[in-house]
Amino acid sequence: MKTENQKAWFFVLPVLALVAFNALIPMMTVVNYSVQETFGDNVFFWQGLDWFQQILRSDRFHAALGRQFLFTFLILIIEVPLGIAIALSMPRKGFWVPVCLVLMALPMLIPWNVVGAMWNIFTLPDIGLLGYFLNHVLGINYDMTQDPVAAWVTIVTMDVWHWTSLVVLLSYAGLVSIPDAYYQAAKIDGATNWAVFRFIQLPKMKTVLTIAILLRFMDSFNIYTEPFVLTGGGPGNSTTLLSIDLVKIALGQFDLGPAAAMSLIYFAITLLVSWLFYTLMTKDDQN
Amino acid sequence: MLSWMAWTWPTALLFIGIFTAIGVLIIAEIRHPGGAARKGVLGLTTTRGDRLFISLLGTSYIFLAWLGLVGMPLWWPLGLSIAWGIFCFWKV
Repeated sequence: MKTENQKAWFFVLPVLALVAFNALIPMMTVVNYSVQETFGDNVFFWQGLDWFQQILRSDRFHAALGRQFLFTFLILIIEVPLGIAIALSMPRKGFWVPVCLVLMALPMLIPWNVVGAMWNIFTLPDIGLLGYFLNHVLGINYDMTQDPVAAWVTIVTMDVWHWTSLVVLLSYAGLVSIPDAYYQAAKIDGATNWAVFRFIQLPKMKTVLTIAILLRFMDSFNIYTEPFVLTGGGPGNSTTLLSIDLVKIALGQFDLGPAAAMSLIYFAITLLVSWLFYTLMTKDDQN
Repeated sequence: MLSWMAWTWPTALLFIGIFTAIGVLIIAEIRHPGGAARKGVLGLTTTRGDRLFISLLGTSYIFLAWLGLVGMPLWWPLGLSIAWGIFCFWKV
């Protein structure tokens, strides 16, 4: 007797159609652009793989890629432990649970460009609340429009403010799914707080943390709007991340070919890191 | 209608190749369901689809690395990629 049927494929069809329109067809177009040169009007000239070679050997691309990895590394190393710590210290039951959850969710509800504009005004040295306070009350020389270090501190802080909540909420969901019996057993065994965290809470949070880190990696690696509104890639090129550089090439200089080649390289990097990460995090479950 | 997509024969052949490979996997899956999962040399449990994905991802990196470090012509990376694909379906 047949134990399985193929009906499920029909339920996948709408998603397939949607993905075809919003991802597959644009992606194929990008591949086509990446081997050609155009001056507009849908007139294209064959260029071969020159753009790829040019991008792979350009110092500008290497610099933007380095900044991108630095940014993603910094926000992950701050947001993940911080998110777990906040989730651990949130109440599990009672009146304060919804209050904490809503407060935590608030930053994520704000649109990216508004976050950028908010932090821009907030940190401007002469009129911003934080900028004015740092410069004129504490006497710290802080100007994110002039000083690369201040610009970096600002974009990293902004991202931590905006997205730590995601790690918190996912970790919290993992934490509340742990039955009380685990904690009782740990108490009987006289386990320390660290042991409870290491052997009960962390393993139970692993799945959601995998998703959280993956989402944060992909989002931060593709981040555009917030740093664009906040610093515009400056001062100089100091906060020009990959996507900002990509848009400069594609829309600023209208070099569609090199931009397409660059976005494919960019895509390959995102794909590899995401795959490696996912494979490593789920490897133990398979065996 | 499709002029904005700026198709060229080489890129079209690339996608025809990828879609054909996926089609072959679908036929293989219908004939022998279950994805032929096994534990390979990398310590990963992979199905046919995983092996195709790893082959293609590796291929793109072989070509990109060659273009960046050596340059044209691309016969060597082509050979390396075919070898990598065979290795993936054989051992990974």
